[in-house]
Amino acid sequence: MPALEDLYREIILDHYRSPRNRGELAVPPARRVEGFNPLCGDEVVVYAEVDGDKLADIRISGQGCSISQSSASLMSTAVKGLPLGEVREVIRTFKSMMSLHEAAIDEHGDHGGEDGEHASGTSGDSSGEGGPGEEPVDLEKLGELAALQGVVKFPVRIKCATLAWNTLVQAIDEAESSSGEE
Amino acid sequence: MAHVKSTIQEPGQPQGASSLQGASSPQGASSLQGASSLQGASSLQGADAPGRRLDVDRIRSDFPLLARQVHGRRLVYLDSAASSQRPRAVLQAMDAYYETTHANVHRGVYAIAEEADRLYEQARVTVGHFIGAPHPAREVVFTKNATEAVNLVAFSWGRANLKPGDAIVLTEMEHHSNLVPWLVLAADLGLELRYLRMDDSYRLDLSSLDRLVEGAKLVTCTVMSNVLGTIPPFASIAEAAHSAGAVVLADGAQSVPHHVTDVGSLGCDFLAFSSHKMLGPTGIGVLWGREDLLDAMPPFMTGGGMIRDVKLDGFVPDETPGKFEAGTPPIAEAIGLAEAIRYLTDIGMTSVEHHESHLTAYAEEALAGTLGADLRILGPAGTVARGGVLSLAYRDIHPHDLAQVLDESGVCIRAGHHCAKPLMRRLGVSATARASLYVYNDESDVDALAEALGKAGSLFG
Ligand SMILES: Cc1ncc(COP(=O)(O)O)c(C=O)c1O
Repeated sequence: MPALEDLYREIILDHYRSPRNRGELAVPPARRVEGFNPLCGDEVVVYAEVDGDKLADIRISGQGCSISQSSASLMSTAVKGLPLGEVREVIRTFKSMMSLHEAAIDEHGDHGGEDGEHASGTSGDSSGEGGPGEEPVDLEKLGELAALQGVVKFPVRIKCATLAWNTLVQAIDEAESSSGEE
Repeated sequence: MAHVKSTIQEPGQPQGASSLQGASSPQGASSLQGASSLQGASSLQGADAPGRRLDVDRIRSDFPLLARQVHGRRLVYLDSAASSQRPRAVLQAMDAYYETTHANVHRGVYAIAEEADRLYEQARVTVGHFIGAPHPAREVVFTKNATEAVNLVAFSWGRANLKPGDAIVLTEMEHHSNLVPWLVLAADLGLELRYLRMDDSYRLDLSSLDRLVEGAKLVTCTVMSNVLGTIPPFASIAEAAHSAGAVVLADGAQSVPHHVTDVGSLGCDFLAFSSHKMLGPTGIGVLWGREDLLDAMPPFMTGGGMIRDVKLDGFVPDETPGKFEAGTPPIAEAIGLAEAIRYLTDIGMTSVEHHESHLTAYAEEALAGTLGADLRILGPAGTVARGGVLSLAYRDIHPHDLAQVLDESGVCIRAGHHCAKPLMRRLGVSATARASLYVYNDESDVDALAEALGKAGSLFG
């Protein structure tokens, strides 16, 4: 079985205990987007302030398990101040680190529905190891974020790790489409 | 009413488990029943004396799954409130049915079809006796699960009997299965929903009961909370509801598997529960309803199997309970459920209750002893009017992280909102870590839980 230490790396525990960029930003100019993971009841709120084509500032609030909260914290340090193009690049790299396995889970019919009582099994049955046709993930590029790669061995927790990221995507999508309208 | 199906046993006939077993013995079933009485059952046979200790090692050996190892450790299964495991006797009863008897019910005139039909209807009677149904053959409707049973009441009884402005009383403790169907019905029909709240000792606040039930058409309540273990004073609630003229639905999903159940002393008009939480197979649940209510209700789902006659411009539904069982029913599952009930009855439900109450007390003590004030149990203190469901909060470690760390020790608990989001909000948490107890758990399981929690404590330090 995958070892628990793969999941709970020291960096992850550190970001969980002392989350970075925790708090709120004034809305507007920032955008506030909420993400929920019905499995754990995790909640991540991303405040993203886009200035021109830059993610000028980001804050995270919400509550949840160590994986969702540390992933949000790690994400905030990785993307803060970057041009949106680079933010998207980081998101892409991170998600591809998770994606093979997320696809494997989706095949098993876990679409993240309201399944608390029924499907929130916690066994770390590592399915979908490896997989066809994905670009190798450049862990160098991910820096500290690479600490989260152990999560893929615990498929049930992938949705915890990707929650903040999906929420951020929504925030910058919204920011870009509304600036396009102006 | 006039056309009771001839295949159905006459109501009120004294057919305990023994006569059923006799009846089914010609069909391979004999070997099963032999098996079930060999395993655990015989040693526990007979007296269901209060306070009687269960032979848990023996019981455990009846459950093949519990012999499994995970991560190189003994499996410690503490998630029976979500779904229990099943004894070999249940698995064998279902296998034997498929190997010797299977045919569709209610249609065939050949030997194995008639046998299948008889086994299915006998399962109904076994279920009825288990819950003290006055007319077991006519009042037990097989559904897919407890959820479908509640939906049946909401759609069939609700649509036929409720009109805009009518009020339903429910509680803040309900499982989504006994809440969402009412939210849907309320939105469709324009009903008023009133809630009994939880007080600070994790019990229902009944001070507003009389006011809330006044004028209400339906009162529904869980017989035991799947999150807190709380056992509300159901009979008093039902009495208040009845004197206000309301019909009473009991959600017995957590209580029927663990406690002596008698629909008469509960005072309910409907009772919903699931087989998979009481040692039976998945895919089958039960709605018990008072005969006169069921008779007056329109069908729920429609199609084959539930009709008396069909013409191109209409149909006449079957009698109760057939009219609520559209399509081919879960036949093997009904037989498995009946076998599970035999197994529980052999142990004795009073003994099951005592065992769990004793083990709950032990758990409270052991967890407090090992983990001290860092551990909180979100549920009534003590063992009075509470069942063996322990929602735990340990330091501020997220329940999902707790469950993950416990898994490494082979300890299976459930983390999440347990399909009771309104209750989670009331508790001020997004999730809890829930350990739940059953007949195959003993002190060693509780000790394993305490030890694994300690490990989680040091990991998250
Ligand atoms: C109190 C309660 N009611 C209803 C249900 C629903 O049971 P099922 O999912 O088997 O329909 C459950 C279990 O999940 C429960 O604990």
